[in-house]
Amino acid sequence: MSWDLILSNSLYTAVSANAIAYMLVALGLNVHFGYTGLLNFGQAGFAAIGAYSLSIPISRYDWPWPFALALLLVSSILLALLLGIPTLRLRADYLAIVTIAIAEIIRLFLNSVRFTWLTGGNDGLQGFTRWMENLNPFPENGVTLWAQKVDGYRLWLMLSGWVLLTIVATGVYLLMRSPWGRVLKSIREDEDAARSLGKNVFAYKMQSLMLGGFIGSLGGMWLVLDKQSSQPQDFSTTFTFFAYTIIILGGVARAKGPIIGTMIFLFLIQFVDITLQQATRTTPTDPTPLLPTWLVDQNNFSQVRFIVAGLVLAILVVVRPQGIFGDKREQAFDVR
Amino acid sequence: MSANAVNYEPVPGSAKDDAILVVDSVRRAFGGLVAVDVAHVEVPRNKITALIGPNGAGKTTFFNLLTGFDTPDTGDCVFNGNSMNGIPAHKVARSGMIRTFQLTKALSRMSVIENMRLGAADQKGESFWRGVFSPLWRTQEAAITTKAEELLARFNLAHMRDELAGGLSGGQRKLLEMARALMAEPEMVMLDEPMAGVNPALKQSLLEHIKALRTEGRTVLFVEHDMDMVREISDWVIVMAEGRIIAEGTPDDIGSNQAVVDAYLGTHHDVDLGGPQ
Ligand SMILES: Nc1ncnc2c1ncn2[C@@H]1O[C@H](COP(=O)(O)OP(=O)(O)OP(=O)(O)O)[C@@H](O)[C@H]1O
Ligand SMILES: [Mg+2]
Repeated sequence: MSWDLILSNSLYTAVSANAIAYMLVALGLNVHFGYTGLLNFGQAGFAAIGAYSLSIPISRYDWPWPFALALLLVSSILLALLLGIPTLRLRADYLAIVTIAIAEIIRLFLNSVRFTWLTGGNDGLQGFTRWMENLNPFPENGVTLWAQKVDGYRLWLMLSGWVLLTIVATGVYLLMRSPWGRVLKSIREDEDAARSLGKNVFAYKMQSLMLGGFIGSLGGMWLVLDKQSSQPQDFSTTFTFFAYTIIILGGVARAKGPIIGTMIFLFLIQFVDITLQQATRTTPTDPTPLLPTWLVDQNNFSQVRFIVAGLVLAILVVVRPQGIFGDKREQAFDVR
Repeated sequence: MSANAVNYEPVPGSAKDDAILVVDSVRRAFGGLVAVDVAHVEVPRNKITALIGPNGAGKTTFFNLLTGFDTPDTGDCVFNGNSMNGIPAHKVARSGMIRTFQLTKALSRMSVIENMRLGAADQKGESFWRGVFSPLWRTQEAAITTKAEELLARFNLAHMRDELAGGLSGGQRKLLEMARALMAEPEMVMLDEPMAGVNPALKQSLLEHIKALRTEGRTVLFVEHDMDMVREISDWVIVMAEGRIIAEGTPDDIGSNQAVVDAYLGTHHDVDLGGPQ
């Protein structure tokens, strides 16, 4: 077992461009769920819209990338309107039902054979990252961080991603400390109280849905920029639930919550994964793996990683229910 | 006679020379149950009016109808000369009629001072784009904070300033909700059982606060079950039973009104209506 490799790779996973995608998606969800109390179970839908707003126009129609970014902004706002207009006046659970349904409709549409000419179907789309590669100032073969090799493109995506994330997270942080954010929190606590004080609850919920949705779309974009391929299976409801796990882990309604939550979440999964991978490996010189095969072997360790990671997450939540950055005092009033 | 003495006719639906709120044939039924069926009622401006009635009389439902939290099946409410028909609750609040709730709505996971700040009207920083740039709203925020602190001091909550509202006692929440409603400087304050659960010593100071509202030129309409309280501060009393207005009058008129005694006897055998013994 090479601990250098295991640790450096797990640490890299926690801060890579892929991690930034998770951070953005969770950050957007935190605006919805953490600050406004909106039960959005379709954040993966926003991510998918972000991914395909980039990949379809560029790989199918050769749009210049700034236009694709403009499309991303417009389409994420349209999706927010589509979700919000029929549901935001109703009780909270209706939004949950509608978001989960629309996100699945989006994924099934992207996956469907009939629209392969547009979306690439199950194989997805490739070849939409040329512009990002052209912007890359780093040499192609990149660097080696500790024992982890990072190519130039991924290094560029990681650094520019952190800049983007910092800007977005700072913006959200400032907004949530402003009177605007105060209204969102009051809606989370009791929307009738907000209404009785003259706040237009529907308009604020809509703005929250748009802002968080747009941030989620940026996350989807970063995900596919990193994979250099956009595929429907990346945007299943599991993605949304990972985002929920992340914000609960990091601390709901905390600015740093989605960032630290992602780091812990991805580190854990990756760490368990490659540790198991190495511990179940056999080589011609060493035919017996480190772990007994009745417990786990090379064919099933990738399922086991979720069991182990899930267990660790469960323990974390039991030990620290408010999340890493959560406020214990607030937790006490959660159930009222 | 005090300056607040009134001489309206003590009959249901009596005309007031300067009514801030006029309600006409407002009806609201839940299935077969007619919760509110008010033919006509006027609330006098710059007076303290009590709305009393047995449990289930429809007082809270009536409040909801007046403040846009519920829509009447038929009828019309006119506030300050403007029809409130179909106006959403937040616009009713902005037009100067702010209510509190019978079941208090403290914003638990927000601090007491944040609860108070939220109440202020016309905040620049409540718009999305201006929210990001604190220099655009910081001055106003400071003024709001000063005002909030003054009100907190008035309502004996200054020491709880930075506590989460969820940690307040039931009575303290009532106080907070009332103080928060005043942040917007409403012309008319509608209080649904503001004294419920507040200890007697504090009740006395709460009564003074309510009287102060009248001195400031505001109108108060409040629901209360304790007749001693009603007698002590209200200029006018409106009595509801089974959705209808069954009597109106000064507190003295009400105590000796047979219809009121009858309405209460069904549910409150021991109620002291405070009439002349
Ligand atoms: N949402 C609702 N659905 C069905 N019935 C309702 C609803 N709200 C109120 N009611 C009924 O309307 C009637 C009046 O209720 P309301 O709460 O207005 O009484 P109240 O005068 O405020 O009583 P209390 O003094 O106990 O607060 C009651 O019979 C109640 O059951
Ligand atoms: Mg009531």
